[in-house]
Amino acid sequence: MISSILHYDFLQNAFLSGMIIGVIAPLLGVFIVVRRLSVIADALSHVTLAGIAGSLYLSQTFSALALLNPIYLGILSAVGGSMVIERLRRLYKHFEELAIPIIMSAGLGVSAIFISLAQGFSTDLFSYLFGSVSAVSRQDLWVVLSIAILVVVFVYFFYKELFVLSFDEEYAKASGLPAKWIHFLFMIVTALVIAASMRIVGILLVSSLITLPVAASLRIAKGFKQTIFFAILFGELAVMIGLISAFYLNLAPGGTIVVTSIFILLFVIVGKKAAIAIRAKKS
Amino acid sequence: MKQPLIELEDVSFQYEYQEVLHNISLVVREGDFLALLGPNGSGKSTLLKIILGLLKPTKGSVKLFGEKSTSFKHREWIGYVSQKSNSFNAGFPATVKEVVASGLTKKIGLFKRHLPNKEERVFEALHAVGMEQFANRNIGELSGGQQQRVFIARALIAEPKLLILDEPTVGIDYENVQSFYDMLYHLNEELRITMILVTHDVDTLTDTISHVACLNKTIHFHGYKDNYDSISADQRNEWYGHSVRQLPHMKKENK
Ligand SMILES: Nc1ncnc2c1ncn2[C@@H]1O[C@H](COP(=O)(O)OP(=O)(O)O)[C@@H](O)[C@H]1O
Ligand SMILES: [Mg+2]
Repeated sequence: MISSILHYDFLQNAFLSGMIIGVIAPLLGVFIVVRRLSVIADALSHVTLAGIAGSLYLSQTFSALALLNPIYLGILSAVGGSMVIERLRRLYKHFEELAIPIIMSAGLGVSAIFISLAQGFSTDLFSYLFGSVSAVSRQDLWVVLSIAILVVVFVYFFYKELFVLSFDEEYAKASGLPAKWIHFLFMIVTALVIAASMRIVGILLVSSLITLPVAASLRIAKGFKQTIFFAILFGELAVMIGLISAFYLNLAPGGTIVVTSIFILLFVIVGKKAAIAIRAKKS
Repeated sequence: MKQPLIELEDVSFQYEYQEVLHNISLVVREGDFLALLGPNGSGKSTLLKIILGLLKPTKGSVKLFGEKSTSFKHREWIGYVSQKSNSFNAGFPATVKEVVASGLTKKIGLFKRHLPNKEERVFEALHAVGMEQFANRNIGELSGGQQQRVFIARALIAEPKLLILDEPTVGIDYENVQSFYDMLYHLNEELRITMILVTHDVDTLTDTISHVACLNKTIHFHGYKDNYDSISADQRNEWYGHSVRQLPHMKKENK
């Protein structure tokens, strides 16, 4: 089965990208979730959509831009969006979450305008919204790989600072860590991961790949490193099962990946309950 | 005279509208064990945050270890256990070991990952607060008092010269408060760690503290414990509106 999948170039692109995203989305997701920033991931994905829609519109309107890969404008708007969110969060100190609906509606609004301006990129657009097995190009794969290297290097070198910042922000500042800078880099890296993941899971479902494996992992992991380990394991499992079933059943991989993640989550929740009940019975 | 670790000169501080601290001058020297007293809302936590550089004074100067606070580079010399520590995210997926090790972050430095014998240090710090048997537990599974000890271990692991504790006994049950103070006494006496402790338990602390400072927007008294004891109750009432001794033990958290 796997060998027949790897027979086609386009499938190779999708599966390799998927495997990479299955690692980096949950890896960063652990930090995003424990810092209670999951909704920010959602807002950023809508901003990314604006960039994608804008790029699709531009390449349709100006023939010189016909070959422009939408992922670049998507990345740009995600990174830009993350900075605007930070500004807004500081502006509305006591209503930090207000930044999120502002950015989210701005992203969706701009997307709606571009989508209605241009007609006839509905298939393209569909693949960006819900992911695609067949539309992942070699170029996309390279972009995903480069982002993944950045993410892994970032987490590797800033692991202990990220941990402190996530666990206790005031303590991080009191001990003289450059908390502002690390947070700034973190937001950029988050934007990059969202832009990288959208090709496979789709913009509307990116945040689920960031949060669902972490939610499952939190149920069973002991300690922070283990939480990361299980989150990646579940993420990878969901992406693989999701992609294979999407290919054979001809479905959007965003849907199959998310549904698989939800099954994993349910399995973990029920499994843990059962384990506790059995242990209680024995003793 | 011993080296001054903290020198505040004419420090005032204002939140958006309200002046909370007014012309505070205070010197804390090496080896001191200072109890900072004052009713709720008197500005104790704010004062500590100014010392730690979390807030900037609207007026006056702050020196740490003889250096201007703004250019002070050795924040790892100052350990801090905040008042809020017992209301952190209890679901956070970290073991006690991981939390304590995170106290080394500044000391290890950016871009570096390890310190030799990190594991031993973690156990030493846990041993100092009597928590080594909980090393592999998740932090959320501990009681408030146990968590507080872990946070002190996190502060101790970086071998601070100065330890700042903001109402650390809130959340510790009454019977354990004494042993908690014994531990602080040991840290001050044997490890020569200078202490600033915000507390309401002046009576419990008789033999432990060397200095007392009474704060209510301004410093009303700062001096040796013995001199504080000889102050009349009437005088204290005038500072606070009511006696410090009668302040209830459990304080509500102010945000
Ligand atoms: N972030 C804040 N913004 C505005 N006012 C504050 C803030 N934090 C504290 N205050 C006010 O400053 C005063 C001193 O607070 P605080 O330093 O926490 O007192 P204490 O620790 O002695 O109880 C209180 O009146 C409190 O309401
Ligand atoms: Mg306080």
